[in-house]
Amino acid sequence: MSELTPILIEGGRLISPTDGLDRPGRLLLHRGRIESIDPADDDLPEYCHRVDAGGCLVTPGLVDLGAEFREPGHEEDETIVTGGAAALAGGFTTVLCLGNCDPPVDTPAGVELIARIAASAAGPRVRVIACLSQGRRGEQMAELGLLVQAGAVAFSDSPRPVGNSALLKRALDYCRMFDIPIFDRPVDPDLVDRGVMHDGRVSLRLGLSGLPTEAEDLAVARDVRLAEATGGRLHVGPISTMGSIDLLRWVKSRGIFVTASVCPHNLGQSDEMLASFDARFKVHPPLRSPRHVEMLCQAVADGTIDAIQSGHMPRAREKKMNDLNQAPFGAAALETALPVVATRMVRSGAMSWSDLILRMSTRPAQIAGLDAGTLRLGAPADVAVIDPEEAWTVEPERFFSSCQSSPHAGEKVWGRVVYTIVGGEIRFTRRPALDHLAIGS
Amino acid sequence: MPDGPLGMAPGRVKPLSTKPLTPMTTSPGELSIASSGLPEFSPPQRPAGWWRRHLLDLEGLTAEEITILLDTAQTLKELTGGCRHKIPLLGGRTLANLFFENSTRTRNSFSLAAKRLGADTVEFSSSGSSVSKGETFIDTAKTIQAMGVDWVVTRHPAPGTPHQLARELECCVLNAGDGAHEHPTQGLLDMLTVRQHRGRLDGLTVALVGDIAHSRTARSNMWGLRKLGAHVIVCGPATLVSPRWEELGFEVAHDLDEILPRCDVLNLLRIQFERFASRPFPSVHEYANRYAMNGRRMRRCREGILIMAPGPINRGVEITPEVADGPHSVILEQVTNGIAVRMAALWLLVGGREHPEGGASDE
Repeated sequence: MSELTPILIEGGRLISPTDGLDRPGRLLLHRGRIESIDPADDDLPEYCHRVDAGGCLVTPGLVDLGAEFREPGHEEDETIVTGGAAALAGGFTTVLCLGNCDPPVDTPAGVELIARIAASAAGPRVRVIACLSQGRRGEQMAELGLLVQAGAVAFSDSPRPVGNSALLKRALDYCRMFDIPIFDRPVDPDLVDRGVMHDGRVSLRLGLSGLPTEAEDLAVARDVRLAEATGGRLHVGPISTMGSIDLLRWVKSRGIFVTASVCPHNLGQSDEMLASFDARFKVHPPLRSPRHVEMLCQAVADGTIDAIQSGHMPRAREKKMNDLNQAPFGAAALETALPVVATRMVRSGAMSWSDLILRMSTRPAQIAGLDAGTLRLGAPADVAVIDPEEAWTVEPERFFSSCQSSPHAGEKVWGRVVYTIVGGEIRFTRRPALDHLAIGS
Repeated sequence: MPDGPLGMAPGRVKPLSTKPLTPMTTSPGELSIASSGLPEFSPPQRPAGWWRRHLLDLEGLTAEEITILLDTAQTLKELTGGCRHKIPLLGGRTLANLFFENSTRTRNSFSLAAKRLGADTVEFSSSGSSVSKGETFIDTAKTIQAMGVDWVVTRHPAPGTPHQLARELECCVLNAGDGAHEHPTQGLLDMLTVRQHRGRLDGLTVALVGDIAHSRTARSNMWGLRKLGAHVIVCGPATLVSPRWEELGFEVAHDLDEILPRCDVLNLLRIQFERFASRPFPSVHEYANRYAMNGRRMRRCREGILIMAPGPINRGVEITPEVADGPHSVILEQVTNGIAVRMAALWLLVGGREHPEGGASDE
């Protein structure tokens, strides 16, 4: 990394929640690390890129707790290269990618393959959430210890829930040896048979089969009790119901260590959108009724929900272009996550930009046990430069992702990533290249 | 522009891009009279206030639009001598039945309606076969449209498929049943039948009995009846009649005997055993005991009660033969009226325009 030109980001507002940073300042990146904050001119290296961040926020790069890159096996939906490009455009410098590929990522070789492709892609840092069970069948544990050695940072069968309580309990117990979290997408499979959308007044009107909230509530209740019983590290998410929030509040008041995340689409849109019968609104978790949406926003603002994850579940156009029963759940989300949350939560005054960075970068990094989500001196130079005032309209046909299905298509949003820097290297920018010419100090 | 097929003059070739809504180059009515030798016929006046090109559901229609449909159905029923004669109203047009679910009754009713008005019909059945070949229903429908049809009549197991088609197709789309969502022509024919017997719908109490959860007929009836002023009760086992219907303004009942003395109309829905993942009531025996309309229950009813059923009926489950074939049953009139409302829908839709105010069509 030492051959990289140093980068000086100046004119912006530095934000890093755990470092008490939220003020104007300049940031020097050198040798792939955060070199200094507000360096004196005399201390600058002989040559550096100067990045003009006037009017912008300079934050730790976002960390996504669960995106699907679909490679190997489903490259028609997304690849590590296209998914990585989408992540960079969305300000993500680290992505935890799910192992629901084909074959499922349940072996060390699978983890290594993804790591190798990602390493040559010049995208974000890609870390693997390996399968919890062999073949994602929900029966026997995968070789968790070997998967950790190969680089897996978490285990999950997501988006498939762990239906087998005995398996989940055993895995939570076993993973205490590695201090590795288990991510469960909490759903009781018996209660969601053939469901397409939130079970409520709208599904009743439309005649679409419902995904009842109690299916999630029951699974969260089970999950948190098993976490308490085993002392294992559990992360539930994405969650989408008021019942889950109640349970989390109860759990946290008892001092049980469980974390939770939510997806941006569940913070803004409600199940009314399905009245268009457009499959781009068939997302996971489903769009809930306005009351749930409101409570989720509150729970994010008050910290009951620790993190926001993109919920990026790309699916090819030919799959989404179908009737609502046949079309798969999923949408491209990496490029809209930040602006949707900024618009819904920050612009509305529900929380600050610092809170947003906490929920989308710092806490996710802590949950995954990664050295990221901070502008601390010496930390890896993973940085996003965000224009908080830029208003734009979501146009999925211009996504970097292979998937162009989005529940936010046509929405006007605020906040846009201008630069994404990974390991001290500018890997994405919306500015013409001339703006960051190397100049002498 | 090159010559059309068979050396026809370019002017007579209909360009592919032309919306099928535009009037034919020659008046279809006159053409059909000349060729079919039918007696002189003066077409009815198109009603003001109709602009839609698609009939997707009744929830989205206004009371005025539903009244136009019913009035037109009545007019066309009379003009065709009770849906038995042919009139040259829609000669030269073509209807395509695109059914992704089995149906004989509804499909034949649409075909007959088209033929009674002089239109041609073409049939496409695709119960799962196109899906297994990897073709989506949208592609199938576009293929059929490219053959030059004016209406696509579609039935599909997934709710909303007609709405999706209406966004993709240029021709008129008629919903002949989309999953558990709606079956608008069934709702209309039920309403027409009641109106013929009672002269009105306003102020009547209509009970829909049976599997409300999975019934598209129920939903279309509920919206349509309520818009025209009827009081609607949905009655059946608690597992098939959600209490949430009350939030939407309908009366929910689980005890048929209790509501019978208040009802002017009973519409007995079929139990759709094929749609259940697990059985929502303990046994057919228990269901029939609580909800089958039989002679004993008839004695609890008002004098002039109308007994209706969308069919096919399960004799002995929701209705006993003495009721189905009894003096209060109007089940077969419903079938005839089905042709009438479908004729009305076909005729109105091809005269549909873009919305006079919004400039957009109804999707």
